[in-house]
Amino acid sequence: MRVVVDAERCQGHNRCHALAPVLFDIDDLGYATAAPGSVPADLEAAARLAEANCPEHAITIDP
Amino acid sequence: MNRPPVTDWTADFDHLDPTFVADPYPIYEQLRTDCPIAHTDRYHGVWIPTRYEDLAAIAHDHHHFSSRTILVTDRPESPHDLGFHAPPITEDPPYHTDIRRLLLPVFSPKVVADYEPITRAMANDLIDGFITDGGCDAATDFAQHVPIKVITRMLGIPDSDHAQFRDWIHRLIEESPIAGDATFEAIFEIGGYLAGHVDQHRTSPRDDIITHLLEARMPDGRPLTDEEILGVCILLLLAGIDTTWSAIGSSLLHLATNPDDRRRLRDEPDLINSATEEFLRVFAPVTMAREVIEDTEVGGCPMRKGDRLLLPFPSGNRDPEIFDRPDNVVLDREANRHFAFGVGIHRCLGSNLARMELRVALQTWLERIPEFTLTDPDAVTWSAGQVRGPRTLPFAFTAG
Ligand code: HEM
Ligand code: SF4
Repeated sequence: MRVVVDAERCQGHNRCHALAPVLFDIDDLGYATAAPGSVPADLEAAARLAEANCPEHAITIDP
Repeated sequence: MNRPPVTDWTADFDHLDPTFVADPYPIYEQLRTDCPIAHTDRYHGVWIPTRYEDLAAIAHDHHHFSSRTILVTDRPESPHDLGFHAPPITEDPPYHTDIRRLLLPVFSPKVVADYEPITRAMANDLIDGFITDGGCDAATDFAQHVPIKVITRMLGIPDSDHAQFRDWIHRLIEESPIAGDATFEAIFEIGGYLAGHVDQHRTSPRDDIITHLLEARMPDGRPLTDEEILGVCILLLLAGIDTTWSAIGSSLLHLATNPDDRRRLRDEPDLINSATEEFLRVFAPVTMAREVIEDTEVGGCPMRKGDRLLLPFPSGNRDPEIFDRPDNVVLDREANRHFAFGVGIHRCLGSNLARMELRVALQTWLERIPEFTLTDPDAVTWSAGQVRGPRTLPFAFTAG
């Protein structure tokens, strides 16, 4: 599984990083990028939570 | 000015009607069901979309919906019904984008994390002030002061003037829809006050937001004008205080009157993050406004250039199409795509800060005052206007 952040949609709500700090990096302006690599098995639930809480629908999950 | 009481909410909505101020949620529920894009002739005509999807679509469409109007008032003039520019909230792209980028780093999650220990100490100091009394007004003795202390420190101005800020905020945000020219006096006063502090920073720069604004450069290399710096500072004071105060107060009121949730949050402190989001969803304090700048249509309703709209995020946050059991506080709610901080390009710049303040205020309160009750439900008062929160909260607890 991988997480993908759509930079066009991300507005820096920071919900993803709060829910799954390992999976999302936040830059100095507050915008998110997906951390490189695939999602470790024990963080798959956290990845889904981040997807379900992003107010901008900016996160998608690549199974 | 006295207005007739509203009898038909679908055709004659009034966000200042006492019935609405006391409890807006049944009214929003009725509108979402019967008339999801309502219109009122009051305040020179206003649209009131109430469903989550419509609100999100409008907030994302800055090509048709401008932020030149952000408060719905009795004043007919536009743009800048607030009476002045308060960038970035009163602005549209491309200017909005440039000035917002200057401010984003100041409120990034990293910077906000640095303020957490100070915020906790401030919350503890406030509680020290009344814990031996066995009671307090949690709105005016506690909730109000947390955001004032934090934002004045970040800006670089003294917090000893808090009574003055409260008065300005009250006149500018809460009374402004009906205050006429009194609003402009408040702007003039607050502008004069802040101008003095900006001048002091010019001669002695410090590590704070005012200094950051003085040193900032727009993409074309120019510094900000005095008017821009003052506009931003006024906005940070206005947007940061009333709102967060409301969120802390509503959350404490819920905990005072719902012993099961109070105990659960105390016994399961890890729930604090999801609980904070849930309080923000259910008690979302802020309703924005927009002005149509190009004819368009929403949900079959034609909107004409010059029309104004309210954007009640609190209604969208209780839309049953999006949220399961929307009126219930579910402390461990998992999927919570609420938009208490708006969505799109105007997403609350202070959202990381506000979340931290709300969480730290609640954590500190529960640690120090684990059991507390509301002494008189009838004494609770609510602010009227586009920021909603309790303004009187008489609480009792065991003196500590
Ligand atoms: C619980 C507390 C808060 C709530 C519910 C809240 C809510 C909002 C909302 C809904 C918007 C969107 C406006 C729009 O769509 O036009 C907004 C914008 C803004 N907020 Fe907050 N806010 C809170 C706290 C704060 C704090 C603590 C600060 C800073 C000190 C702040 C500063 C701002 C600024 C500068 C904007 C304008 C952003 C822009 O236009 O790009 N807010 N806020
Ligand atoms: S929650 Fe969504 S909008 Fe917010 S930072 Fe993460 S990806 Fe961006």
